[in-house]
Amino acid sequence: MSINYLNPEFQIERNQDRCIECKVCERQCANQVHKYDDDYKKMVSDESLCVNCQRCITMCPTKALSVKKYPIEFRENANWTASVIRDIYKQAETGGILLTGMGNDLPYPIYWDKMLLNASQVTNPSIDPLREPMELKTFLGRKPETIKIIDGKLAEPLPPQLELEIPIMFSALSFGAISLNAGKALAMAAKELGTYCNTGEGGFHKDIRDYSKNTIVQVASGRFGVDIDYLDAGAAIEIKIGQGAKPGIGGHLPGEKVGEDVSQTRMIPIGSDAISPAPHHDIYSIEDLRQLIYSLKEATNYSKPVSVKIAAVHNTAAICSGIVRAGADIIAIDGYRGGTGATPKRIRDNVGIPIEFALAAVDQRLRAEGIRNQVSLVAGGSMRNSADIIKAIALGADAVNIASSALIAMGCHMCQKCYTGKCNWGIATQDPNLTKRLNPEIAARRMVNLVTAWSHEIKEMLGGMGINAIESLRGNKHMLRGIGLTDRELSILGILPAGE
Amino acid sequence: MLLREGETRIPSGCAIAGIVNKKGKAFSGEDIIKSIALMRERSNGLGGGFAAYGIYPEYKDHYALHMFYDDKKFKEETEIFLNENFDIEIGGKIPTEKVHTIVNAPIIWRYFVRVRKDKLVESEQNEDDYVANCVMKINSELTGAYVVSSGKNMGAFKAVGYPEEVGEFYKLDNYKGYAWTAHGRFPTNTPGWWGGAHPFTLLDWSIVHNGEISSYGANQRYLEMFGYKCTLQTDTEAITYIFDLLLRKHHLPLDVAITAMAAPFWSEIERMPDEKKELVKTIRAVYGSLLVNGPFSVILGSRNGIVALNDRLKLRSLVAATKGDFLYIASEESAIRRICKNPEKVWAPKGGEPVIGLLEGVEKI
Repeated sequence: MSINYLNPEFQIERNQDRCIECKVCERQCANQVHKYDDDYKKMVSDESLCVNCQRCITMCPTKALSVKKYPIEFRENANWTASVIRDIYKQAETGGILLTGMGNDLPYPIYWDKMLLNASQVTNPSIDPLREPMELKTFLGRKPETIKIIDGKLAEPLPPQLELEIPIMFSALSFGAISLNAGKALAMAAKELGTYCNTGEGGFHKDIRDYSKNTIVQVASGRFGVDIDYLDAGAAIEIKIGQGAKPGIGGHLPGEKVGEDVSQTRMIPIGSDAISPAPHHDIYSIEDLRQLIYSLKEATNYSKPVSVKIAAVHNTAAICSGIVRAGADIIAIDGYRGGTGATPKRIRDNVGIPIEFALAAVDQRLRAEGIRNQVSLVAGGSMRNSADIIKAIALGADAVNIASSALIAMGCHMCQKCYTGKCNWGIATQDPNLTKRLNPEIAARRMVNLVTAWSHEIKEMLGGMGINAIESLRGNKHMLRGIGLTDRELSILGILPAGE
Repeated sequence: MLLREGETRIPSGCAIAGIVNKKGKAFSGEDIIKSIALMRERSNGLGGGFAAYGIYPEYKDHYALHMFYDDKKFKEETEIFLNENFDIEIGGKIPTEKVHTIVNAPIIWRYFVRVRKDKLVESEQNEDDYVANCVMKINSELTGAYVVSSGKNMGAFKAVGYPEEVGEFYKLDNYKGYAWTAHGRFPTNTPGWWGGAHPFTLLDWSIVHNGEISSYGANQRYLEMFGYKCTLQTDTEAITYIFDLLLRKHHLPLDVAITAMAAPFWSEIERMPDEKKELVKTIRAVYGSLLVNGPFSVILGSRNGIVALNDRLKLRSLVAATKGDFLYIASEESAIRRICKNPEKVWAPKGGEPVIGLLEGVEKI
């Protein structure tokens, strides 16, 4: 073995005056950073193992701990940065692909922050949501071009729709990647909020099937857990083609994570690797997608909408046009900042495009082709707050998907180590000692609080614009102005610069 | 340089008024001028206009095209286009009278036309669609020419000025119609382009409108999917097209169109009987992009009568009154009492509740 060139990323400072040697930090850290040294009679830390998840800091009863960036600096170099050098050390040591978790963390421009919203002044009144109704109800699904009325009565029923009390859903998080408690919390929150969560590709655990009315079931390339009961259970079915954090590649849940529960839910043998192929091996082209969409519709008797989820890539607008024509009722587009439990770092950081551009381009393309009403657009990856969401709707989304923010609400601290299975917050792990740390009721309450708070903010901003129903904002680009954007960026987004 | 209507969005406040005789009896434009004149404070001299129905009985089967031309060149160019598409029965200047406050008049022309049969067959469209497409083509492609109105047995008369001056300019007391609407405009900035005055019209539809709709972008982009070109970027234009799409193209009953545009709140829908609930829910789900949000009061005119409507929160004033065969509508009650001393019934319609004044024997607008 050569010397390990990787110095620690983080430095742990323990205030010895405060430390009472209670060993909480030792018990709380799944990465085994802290331990009590019997010889020295005090707590010591192996900083090289620390991922800065802040579990120990939060749990320490005397607030004796703090974590900082390790004060080591490579010789300044704008090209060979610390992160570049460290990645090379890691790969020189292991010969492997670099893995990471959660979404792209590089300082690419965030276009949400380059758009500003409108408000009413004088010529029309703003509306106070505390005094007037403010409506966020949203329907997802295919809308006919017109409705048929005979003798004052509806002659043809509306195609199946998802009815959302708020235009916010929880995006796909699979059991296996997240714990059952986290999945339960999402289902409970979705039910209370009048919206939907999504099984992801990990099957639908029997313990949360009571929440099926608020659950979208996913059919991904591995087809884990898919049978007719699964399809019948979901409020809608989502065909997962790709996700923003890893466009173009499949997934791999290592065999050691496939215990009894995961095995049953995914319908695979205990201890076997769960491999999702990069493509669906029955979808090599758009006409194949059409066959799968209609197979699923046939299987479920045309009783529920079928969604197709794709990662935002260069040609998204044309792809989405094809997806609409293939018969999808909903398209979920996931931007390159979307999160994940595990992804190759180079792919996460370099593949895909921002959701802001993808969404604007798709919406515009579908309108130009006169087929926008045939499909609902759901935007995700990443929605950090209510302002991002309201801008997404003004850019053309019917609703948004959130996941990273929901996990943060549960307790995620964005350490990006989900793929290790050692999530100290009990979210991205199957270790029973860790999963029991997450109380589903409390986690659900926190997510409900978050989304409720965002709904209030959305209502305030809508009212400020003189709008009292969310559908009047959908694709209403007059309500957006760009700041610090080039002409070309403005034209892709379809908005005017501030001041014009 | 100030951008003219269509190059930028210009919010306006306004006064509106409308009168219909349900028996279809024609009366002169004098009353509607008096009524709108009383609300002078609600306009600022930067736009006024009228729509009149039943004024051309001798040409009632011809489309009456009222035109503005910036100069002779555009007139010649447009007439070539008109000749290619229509048989022009007669054309001529619309009579006007010198009014010292009305300046910079364009060339104001009028044609009574029928669509050329060969063109119609070739296009595989119905006559109304064909005319509507020609109107949109002129307005969006032939700069310097503007179609003021294009319906049968009706016409719009508008200009930059106060409405009563516009009425005098066009000598509207000489015309007799069974339904009139009027508009006085208070735009917040405009170089005063005549085409930007209201009413806005398409075929038989005319709209006078007071308000600034906050859903404009959503409405406009949905309409564009159905081939409408919102060249003026005004609310009035968008509202006209919404009515046209729902009533003429999608053949929906008026109450369904009204439900789409000024939808009941979900809390109210929840309390409806099941069948009605299902219908209204479907209308909102399918036509959500046509909900007209923000303040508006609007009078829709057609050959069959007039319909007035407020936004669902009633953020703009609107008053209605009846006497005998007459229905009166105005932004202010005083404007009605100015021409009808003792109305039988006066009321302020609720938000989203239409006032319908159809001619007798007619079932839909």
